[in-house]
This record gives sequence, structure tokens and C-alpha cells, in this order.
Amino acid sequence: MSLRVPTGGRIDRQRPLRFTFDGAAYSGFAGDTLASALLANGVHLVGRSFKYHRPRGILTAGSEEPNALVAVSRDGARYTPNLRATQVELYDGLCATSQNRWPSLRRDLGRVNDWLSRFFPAGFYYKTFMWPRRAWKSLYEPVIRRAAGLGEAPSMPDPDRYAQRYAHCDVLIVGAGPTGIAAALAAADAGARVILCDEQPEFGGSLLGDGAARIDGAAALDWVRTALDALAQNPRVTLLARTTAFGYFPHNFLGLNERLTDHEASPEPGRPRERLWQVRARAVVLATGAIERPLVFPGNDRPGILLAGAAQTYLNRYGVRVGNRVVIVTAADAAYQAALDLQAAGVVVAAIADVRERPAGMLPEAARSAGIEIIPSATVLGTTGDLRVSRITLGRVLQGRLQAQRGVDCDAVLMSGGLTPSVHLFSQSRGRLEWSDALQAFVPGQSAENERSAGGCRGVYGLAEALADGAAAGAAAAPEPSPAVRRFTVAAPPRANDSHLGALPAGDSNPKDKAFVDWQHDVTAKDLALATREGFQSIEHVKRYTTTGMATDQGKTSNLNAMAIVAQKLEVPIPRVGHTTFRMPYTPVTFGSFAGISRGDLFDPVRTTPTHEWAAARGAVFENVGLWKRARYFPRAGEDMHAAVARECRAVRGACGIFDASTLGKIEVVGADSAEFMNRLYINNWTNLGPGRSRYGILCRDDGFIYDDGVVARLAADRFHVTTTTGGAPRVLAMMEDYRQTEWPELQVWLTSTTEQWSVIAVQGPRARVVLEALVEGIDISGSALPHMSVGRGSICGVPMMLFRVSFTGELGFEVNVPADHGAAVWEAIHAAGREHGMVEYGTETMHVLRAEKGYIIVGQDTDGTVTPEDAGLGWAIGKTKDDFVGKRSLARPSMQAANRKQLVGLRTRSAGQVLEEGAQVAEKPGQRPPMALIGHVTSSYASGTLGHSIALALVAGGRSRMGQTLYVPMPDGDLEVEVTSPVFYDPTGARIHG
Amino acid sequence: MLLIACPYCGKRPEIEFTHGGQAHLARPPKPGDLDDQQWTDFLYMRTNLKGIYAERWRHARGCGRFFNALRDTTTDHFLATYETGAPRPLPAGSPEDAP
Repeated sequence: MSLRVPTGGRIDRQRPLRFTFDGAAYSGFAGDTLASALLANGVHLVGRSFKYHRPRGILTAGSEEPNALVAVSRDGARYTPNLRATQVELYDGLCATSQNRWPSLRRDLGRVNDWLSRFFPAGFYYKTFMWPRRAWKSLYEPVIRRAAGLGEAPSMPDPDRYAQRYAHCDVLIVGAGPTGIAAALAAADAGARVILCDEQPEFGGSLLGDGAARIDGAAALDWVRTALDALAQNPRVTLLARTTAFGYFPHNFLGLNERLTDHEASPEPGRPRERLWQVRARAVVLATGAIERPLVFPGNDRPGILLAGAAQTYLNRYGVRVGNRVVIVTAADAAYQAALDLQAAGVVVAAIADVRERPAGMLPEAARSAGIEIIPSATVLGTTGDLRVSRITLGRVLQGRLQAQRGVDCDAVLMSGGLTPSVHLFSQSRGRLEWSDALQAFVPGQSAENERSAGGCRGVYGLAEALADGAAAGAAAAPEPSPAVRRFTVAAPPRANDSHLGALPAGDSNPKDKAFVDWQHDVTAKDLALATREGFQSIEHVKRYTTTGMATDQGKTSNLNAMAIVAQKLEVPIPRVGHTTFRMPYTPVTFGSFAGISRGDLFDPVRTTPTHEWAAARGAVFENVGLWKRARYFPRAGEDMHAAVARECRAVRGACGIFDASTLGKIEVVGADSAEFMNRLYINNWTNLGPGRSRYGILCRDDGFIYDDGVVARLAADRFHVTTTTGGAPRVLAMMEDYRQTEWPELQVWLTSTTEQWSVIAVQGPRARVVLEALVEGIDISGSALPHMSVGRGSICGVPMMLFRVSFTGELGFEVNVPADHGAAVWEAIHAAGREHGMVEYGTETMHVLRAEKGYIIVGQDTDGTVTPEDAGLGWAIGKTKDDFVGKRSLARPSMQAANRKQLVGLRTRSAGQVLEEGAQVAEKPGQRPPMALIGHVTSSYASGTLGHSIALALVAGGRSRMGQTLYVPMPDGDLEVEVTSPVFYDPTGARIHG
Repeated sequence: MLLIACPYCGKRPEIEFTHGGQAHLARPPKPGDLDDQQWTDFLYMRTNLKGIYAERWRHARGCGRFFNALRDTTTDHFLATYETGAPRPLPAGSPEDAP
């Protein structure tokens, strides 16, 4: 039997659509939501509740829906959980499933939680499952996670595209109900650039569901159409339907989520599914309306119990009767209009139970004249019907006593507790909320931004008043004054917007069933009372303890009732209880929308060196270093990393190797005061470094800890070429700029990043000079003419070159610096020339082994922000004669010189082949059990083919006084014995470097 | 996202800037003359106030310049931005300084 009325509504009866819900086939019409189409088919049961697995139906007709969460899937990858059926637009072939039930929606074994609910009171997580501790991870948490919760995450990557754009406007209006439309007309009249957005597919807001009123002599929806036509023709106005303003950020920056294809049966391939708008608005008008509040009474959550305004919307907008025989429970006049509309559509209104003592006025009188029974001072004692409400027990509370108790058969109950202004976005903008006694609600007070709230969201509920309020706000928000603010003539019956907060009175009765406050998180009035009995007084604490208002609906329907119940239990006025903080997003936003194009290859920029293609063609294995791709090793046929690295190391130590060091940060420090600048910043002395020479430099922060290191060459009296670690380049330049601009602006010095300008080709090994001799022009590269730590300028392969005599391997070494565009060609030329000398290309892994054999540190690996130059064994680098440098004063603190500071040492394992794990802890005594006394940790560890044993660097307390000591590295299967050694394992005298 | 008025470039979105901590803390010219407590105070102690805060920003993805700003930490609204080295436009403790 169809519950669809024959005519009326915003649906297209000529366009029937098929869809499935939990596998069952149904049909609806174009213009339906999934919720309205299900209701038209008599389906109220759509989900199971979060905690108790109680059967739940559709409660609302909008984005505030707490119950009707469904998953919609187009295919395996296009699967979206937790969608509100009240917002899902129907399309032909739509496939929806219910959530949080097993094995089926109608028979859900989780329901046992409801019967055992006295074991699951508020805060039960904190009270139970505490013992034994180990069982939490293995037993309790998995079980609880399976039993509770909402939908499941999709299991495949999201194949859809998501677009993002920025926009600016004079006036952004959120909400296109009567208030928002009036605001847009007024702002547009004043010539403003306007964006008007609304989360619904169709503009009109409350008028779509309650269209009896007349505006300017026309039917309300005709007025809406005329107004929208005018706005659509204005090139300065942008209308965004299906667009949720989900977040209000500082300085009038709002995030809008526009849904482009979710309502289409077959979206055009490649079209973005959603668009994220980041709007910077000169002024904002919030016209977000108000949400009808449920009433809190026992058994108020059965399928078939919904908000009166929702039932009216289903009838007037979608042509759907939510039942055939309804009982209305209300505290406000609005539900009477719903009763009259439903009765006119052939629904039997069995009774209107009004919690007010004397319902009077035009609407109650009209209901009375229509023959509907009205019960004043009414309350609800309970409901029956498992999968659908079938009976409601009403009563009257007079002088605190329950009277006239009686059951009324029905197939739907419609409730109305009055309106709650939607202040979410206002609150997100950090506007101050004020309690209104007259409205019994929090309303916007002082704005924090250039913002105006208008209409229902500030408690201006009447249609005429809301239109006027919207027009005034729109005109005031426009940057130019309006010629004349619009006025509207409205014909609509007056209604008393009374309301009820908190639980309905029970008189002297003692109802058994649960009275829900927060439908989505299954929080009852009793839970809130328990929280106050247990001592929680702040609403923020009650919220976290009971989880009220913390679900995905953020308590849109529940917050005010929860505050009222807490206030009543604490016997304080509601404003004293206060309100919780509203957070973005207003409704959930897909991750895809935030990610936009930043996924896959576009997730992050990729930096490649000039030899990248060459290395890739050689089968190099790359590693990510910051944004850089660096060749880690070059495996040959049959080699694993270990074998490749061992071969590359052998070649460098025995003949020579070639390595791309282009990723090193490079900063040119230039100017008359460049030496003074370097003296003040780096720990080293630069005054005595002559042009053409270089030095290993260390940069500390003013706290005295190593920040970066690198070779610094003095190219001329007023020019330094500073190299930094690969990852440290931006922060070193930022630190240099900070001191240059803010501490020492008097210095004549300029800084330029040249990282990308130079290709750096390291040629290292005993035969390095022989290889380069044949190629280098204009420089004598003999040991006497270009000694270790010197720089020459010349050319190579016809390309201008800076040649650094420098070594990060401990071997005779050069670094060829050529303009980056020539890097690949020069690299190939050197590689070709080196072939006859046994040269091999090597990667970062080999570089790491070679430098560790020499005890050269990597900042960030062997240091961690608590290591001083002295700790790292680099105290020799400090310019002792300097009065000051960044970090010097801190290094003079007594604790920085303590003998038991962690110092860099080498570790040798007792068994030569044992490679320690980097990060492993070091203990003084063997055989300890946790918690154990630890004195340091391993920072670098490798197998050294050259030495025939493993090597490790470690930071160990008082390490340098422990040479030769045996220490222990505790591992899960026992201690590993290690001997403390010098960090320099290879060529301790450094003879090889001078080649 | 904040809108920050770089004194050199004008209003730009926050993503172009990096925050530089409390403003008007000059590095002592002779750190060696300070005792440990004074040096520690300079190095680590910062005010974390509710109200109008003088702080440094750098237009890192723009002109690269450091500058100072007065920001109300309760609202995130900027009262002024000004060049490094210039005096604070609204002295701390002045009547407008109340949060």
C-alpha cells in the first residue's frame, strides 16, 4: 500500500526511480530523498542504534538526522558510509544498506546490549574492562569496536576526482531559506558580489515543507522561484546548491563542500565528485535557520516516531504520509499546522497531546474545529511496538500527579519540542552565544567577525519577521549602501513558538523504558542524571563522560535537551551550565574533498637531481630524503642491497666511486661583512680562512645544540659558499635570514639559496685524481696545488666548474660543482673516463657506510637536538678566540660540560657479523629486566665489508671515558655484548684523505 | 586561515607566512655578561598571554621579510603589523590593550 498522496509536492511523478535498500527493491520519484522514498514504501526501520542496537527509524527530514545513517555504494570502490538518508537524493539504481546490525536489520543479535543495558551505564568504558590490563588490547577493545560504531570504511582506493577552488565575495550568505533569499536580494540590490549557498538541492528552506503562506501576494514557492530567477540573472551573484558551509574559520574564511555528482544515476566520467570552496568573504550572513527539537519521553526512539515538522515536510514536499493514524505530542503551535496538513491528506490524527496547560490561538482553535482531540498538560508514559510504534501511552500531569492514563493506537508519533536556533557556524566563528529566556535557547550575541545572523538561527521565527531580518542583514552586509531596503508582505497564520526543554514530566509514575536525549550516541536522560550524581558539573565533562552530542550529528537535535536536564539535576539555570563548543564540520565532509588533487603522484612535490634519469636507467633503487629522490644503491644482476653496497664500498676504497651529492643545501653568503656574519653564526673561526680554502662548519642554535653542519668554502674575501645537510637547507637559510634581518641588520651581507643551481658530483677514492686529471681544465689538481679542503675554479668538459677538494668517505676526494643544467653531461663524461680506473657509481647507503667507518656524523641521525659539538667529538671546531657565536653562552653552562653527558663513541659487537639495530638502547649491566637502567643508544649501524666486522656509532653517557669497556645492548632474545671504541674505525690517522 | 598584512606586500593568506614567536626580544649584545638565570630567561621564557600579543612573522613564501604584528590571541584579529625594529604601535598596558 503506497503512502504517497496523489498530487502535490516537489517530486516528479512522471519520473519513477528504482532503488534497493538492504537488497529489497523499491521505487520512488525524482525529487525524493532516500528517506522520503522509504517512507513512501512504508519503511520506517532503517538502522540500529550505536550502543543498544535498538531498532531506529527516520527522525527528521534534514541534515540533523541522527538515526537514518546508511551506506550508499555505486561499485566496490565508490562506497560511502554514514550518509544521512534524509540528505541522500534518490537516483535510478541507487543501492543503499543499513549499518551496525548483524545478521540483519530486523533480527540484530546486538540487541542483547539493550536488555543488558544496566551493565552499560554512562561511562561504562571507564568502569569496566579494567582488569586484567592485558585483555584490553586483545579481548575487550576488538569486541567493543565490533559491537559499537557506525558504518564501515570503504576497502578500496577512492577512484573519484575532487576539485578545490578559492573564491572571494562581498557577502557570503549561508542558508537559502526565506531569510537567506531576502538577504541575497538586499545585498544584490546594493551591488554586492554575493555567494548564496545551501546544503539542499533546492533553495527555499522551510518554505519547501510548509508552503501555505503567501509572500507579496504570491504563493510562497512562487515567490521563491521569482526571487531565484532574479538572482540567477545577476552576474555578481553565485548560487551554490548542494553546498554545505561546514566550517567558519578566522577572518571570514569559510569552507564549503559542494556535492556535484552524488545525486546522478550515471555521473559523467572524470567530472569531479565534490568541490571544496575556500571562501574569503568581506561579510557573512548566517541564515541557517532553526532545528525542531525532539521531546524526551520513555520509548521515544521507536521507528515511526519522528519530528512533527519532518512529517509535514514529507507530506508537503515529497507527497508522503508518514503513517495513517498518528498521535502528535507537542509543546508548540507548529505541530498543529502539521496536524491540519496531515488530516487534509487523509491521515487520522488520533490526538494532540500538548504539554502546555492551555493551548490557544489560531492554530489550536483550527485543530479543535477540525475535530481533533487536544489533551492539555499532557505527558507520555511510554510506547510499544518493536520494529514500528503501535501504541502510545498518554497521561496528564496535574499538581505533580499522573492522571488519565490511556493508550492510543497509532502507526506514527509526531513530536515537537519547539525550535533550536542553528548557531553552529556562529559559534565556530568564536561569536559569543547568549541565553534567551524568552526563546529558551542560546542565540548569537556579540559577533567576532564581520558577521550577521538573521532569521531562525537567531530566534526570529515568524516568516514576515525572518524576511525583514534577512533583508536588513543583507543590506547592512553589502559594502555600498542599498538604495532602499526591500519590504515583504506576508500572509501566514500566527503561531506561538513555545518550547519544552528536558524530559517530559512523569508525575508520580516510574516509567521503565529509556528516554533518549542523544539518538545517535544512545544517551538517555538517566545517563545524564547519573553523570551529575557522580559529580560531573561542567557540561563539557558531562559531554565527554556520557558522550552526549559527540556523535557525527554533533548533537543538533540533542544538545539543548541535554543541557536542560543537567541544569535541572544540578538545580541551576541553564546559562550557568553553559554550552559545549561547536566544532567543524557542520556535517561530515569526505576526506577526498580535503585532499583534492593532493594524492598519488601529486601528494607532494618531488625533487630530482640532474642524474636522476641516468640512475633510474641503471636500475638504481631510490630513497626519499625530504622531497628528494636519491639513488640509494645501484644493484647489479643478482645483487641484494647488502651485496651491492659491499661492492660499491670496495670500489671506493680500492679505486674510485662517483656519487651525486647535488641535494646538499647551498647558500651563498656575500657582502663586506660576510666573514663577520659567519663568525657570529657558526661555531668556527672564519677570519683566518683564506679565499680558496674550505672548512667543516657547525651551526648551533643559541641553546648550544648542533643544528646543522657542512663544508663552507671561502670563494673570495666577501663571499662564502655554505653547504648544509640535504634536509636542513630551508631551515638553515631561514635561521640565517632571521639573524641577518632582525638581530644584525647593520651587517652588509646577503643570502642566496643556490641549492638548485649547482650539480655536485663527488669523485672519491685513491684513483679520483687520475680520473679527473684528464677532464679538468684550468686547475692544477695535484696534492700540493689543490690540497685537502681547498677550492679551485676552472672548467670541465667546457663547462665552468668549482672544484672542491673534500671528502665524506675518508678517501682522496673531489666534488665537482657545475651548473645544474650541465650536471648530467659532466657526470656521464666523468663516469666514462673513470671506467678504465675501476670507477663505480654509488648511492646514499654506501655513502652512509663509508662515512660511518670514518666516524663522520649525520646531523639528525647521530644527533637529536640535545647534542653539543663537544658531545659529538667536534669541540675542536669551536673558534676558541671568539667572544661570541650563536650557542656559545649555552655551551658555558655547567650542565653542558658535565662528564656524564652522552658522547659519541663507536661500538663493536663481540660477534663480528652482528649488526646492531639503530635506535637500540645501551646498558651498563647485563641481564636486566624492564624497567632497566640505560645509558645510551645506537645512532648508526652497518656491516663493514672493508673492516670485516660490523660498526656502530652510539651516544653513551660519559662515553669517551669508557673506551675498551664492555657494554650491553638488550634485545628481546638477550643482551648483545659490545665494546666501546673510538668512532673512527677506518684509517684513524687520516692519511688516505691526503691521497 | 588568517589574513595577514605583510608591511611590504599587503594582505596575504596565512599559508604564505611562518610564525616567529614573541617579538621585541633582542639577543643580548654580550651573552657572556649574563648569568645562567638571565641567559635561561632570554633563551626559554616567553609570555603566553590572553590578549594582545606582539609576535614575529616572516613572509616566507613571499618577500621573505620578517616583521612584527599585534594579534589578539582571543580573537586572532590583527591590530597592526609593522617593520622589525619599529616600536610597538600600541604599547603593552595601554587602555586599548585589554583583551
